[in-house]
Amino acid sequence: MGWSQVSYHYDGSFAGFLCCVFEAYLHKEAPACFLGPEDGRLSLWPERQISTDEAHAKRVYRSLDRSLGAQGRRLVVYGFLTCLPEREMALWAFLRLGYERGPGVVRDLTDDRVSTLNKAVQHLTGEAHLLKGFVRFSEQEGLLIGEIEPKNRVLPLLRPHFCTRYSGESFVLYDRTHGEALFYRPHRWAIVPLAEFRLNGPAQEEQEYRRLWRRFYDTISIAERYNPKCRMTHMPKRYWGTMTEFQREQEGLPP
Amino acid sequence: MELLDKLTILADAAKYDAACTSSGVDRGARPGGLGSAMAAGCCHSFSADGRCISLLKVLMTNRCIYDCQYCVNRRSNDLPRTAFTPWELAELTMGFYRRNYIEGLFLSSAVWGSPDRTTEAMIQALRLLRQEYSFHGYIHAKAIPGADPALTRQLGLLADRLSVNIELPSEDSLARLCPDKKKRAILAPMAQIRDGIQVSRGELVKYKHAPRFAPAGQSTQMIIGATPESDKHILTLTQALYDKYKLKRVFYSAYVPVSDSALLPARRDFKPPLLREHRLYQADWLLRFYHFRAEELLDEANPNFNPLVDPKCSWALGHMEFFPVEVNRADYEALLRVPGIGVVSARRILTARRCGPLTFEGLKKLGVVLKRAQYFLTCSGKMLEGLRVSPDGVLRHLVAQERPMLAQSVPEQLSLFEQTG
Ligand code: SF4
Ligand code: SF4
Repeated sequence: MGWSQVSYHYDGSFAGFLCCVFEAYLHKEAPACFLGPEDGRLSLWPERQISTDEAHAKRVYRSLDRSLGAQGRRLVVYGFLTCLPEREMALWAFLRLGYERGPGVVRDLTDDRVSTLNKAVQHLTGEAHLLKGFVRFSEQEGLLIGEIEPKNRVLPLLRPHFCTRYSGESFVLYDRTHGEALFYRPHRWAIVPLAEFRLNGPAQEEQEYRRLWRRFYDTISIAERYNPKCRMTHMPKRYWGTMTEFQREQEGLPP
Repeated sequence: MELLDKLTILADAAKYDAACTSSGVDRGARPGGLGSAMAAGCCHSFSADGRCISLLKVLMTNRCIYDCQYCVNRRSNDLPRTAFTPWELAELTMGFYRRNYIEGLFLSSAVWGSPDRTTEAMIQALRLLRQEYSFHGYIHAKAIPGADPALTRQLGLLADRLSVNIELPSEDSLARLCPDKKKRAILAPMAQIRDGIQVSRGELVKYKHAPRFAPAGQSTQMIIGATPESDKHILTLTQALYDKYKLKRVFYSAYVPVSDSALLPARRDFKPPLLREHRLYQADWLLRFYHFRAEELLDEANPNFNPLVDPKCSWALGHMEFFPVEVNRADYEALLRVPGIGVVSARRILTARRCGPLTFEGLKKLGVVLKRAQYFLTCSGKMLEGLRVSPDGVLRHLVAQERPMLAQSVPEQLSLFEQTG
């Protein structure tokens, strides 16, 4: 449509992405590629550095509700958290369509631009739902600490759930994959980047609870119904690495 | 006895109860307390048998005055016996809940001394947990038939869900296998709980702080395959329990041989009827979410489910006059009758066709799995291209599709997330 093709370099944040959208419309540019701060890809198109401007981001954010409706906005906000390859391009394609067609766009489930994003968001919300159950916390000096290795950036989705569940406690939930952590102490929370995260060994009481849990886990299964395949469909192996019931190494230690 | 050993004994004694869910109440946290509850239910783990673990499922005690033949805990069985103290149980629940191992507690019990005494012990434990420990997570408690209704009421004010097990699908079987239990004694608390829930709901509408009695409703379970009842009998009973007692769920538990009693199937070579249990759950799902009635699914001529295809396919094959269903015009109910189309797919179809007529290509994009559905659908009057259908051929295809699943000795367990539709 006569929009010139460019690559955008931005800071990788959601606000930064919204600013790219702002610039694109302002200069009638069609982004062909989005590069985050650590993205070393060479691009074939002229590159532009987009700096993040709160006011611009806010304007675009407000336009989401107006032009795409609450559901459309949700798709965009959640879409940004997914592990969809080239997710910014998918979001851009969806936004173009949405600005043109209005809130009804979310119903057009057979359009590739809509269904791609929808599927990615379902993957995200599905993973977040599973993790509400699969997250394991350990207690260290009154603080609850948990680690996860999700494919999608689920922390923002897990936050309301765990902040309600543990409203009177303090906890940290670390996302190894994306190097960020959710911190909570009564009635305040923050999600912050965190490159490294180390834990002390479990104290005696903590070890005791782990043993009790593993024992319960093993006991509750009925041998005559053994069905590892069914377990795997419900609880894919990639989650097992951070789950207490599969960490056997301490079992040999004297109580 | 060490806590670890008690836990082992009392979890082992509770594991045959099939109820697993933690769904049905939505409750935010309260200041100073621990926990909340999600309406949708939450699985925290899956055991090696593929069943979900959502609650700390244990017995208060496995000491029992009764001698029900099908039960590991029967008086005549030589087993180590023990009981939790209320304090132990509360500590364990809190410790597990804080670590996010569980969504709450499922407390059941053998009958220790008398139904009243047993219920009192359970009340004491739950009261400690709710009041002293300010626990706001999910609690499912088993009501003990024969207990004083006033005690059952107290139990229901502490728990989110109550259940009374119907145990066996018929009065005859009950009389043979557990002479101490009477159908009346089981149905009386069920009716009491139903009425209690109804009154409580009514009051809650009027006053926000009215006491909540079993807000997540009641459920029951029965053992399948230990006694001769047909699927038709079981499903009709299930339907009556939903209709008359307003149950939230009926659970089935394939009998696992735990005794050599002559009244039960011989232990040697007995395989728990897992496929049958699976088919019953599928049918139960059709009753609850797909507007089917038991009498549509089974009749005198076919009193049992076809092991080779699921109940919805079976129904469809017997009612070819209902098909094909036109994707672009059919209402929600009609779409739900199509094999392979579940609640989610049906809703998506309704949404997407507002943007224009759907094709088979479009259905795939919506995520509708056509493997089974293709035989029963038209898109704008056309069947899927290249598809040949004779009723026999359809059956053969459907059976072939199920075979890989049936080839395993054990079929997939049914869950909320993988309804075949
Ligand atoms: S989702 Fe299914 S498996 Fe999980 S708790 Fe609920 S009923 Fe059980
Ligand atoms: S009363 Fe319950 S625990 Fe006792 S034998 Fe009967 S079924 Fe088992």
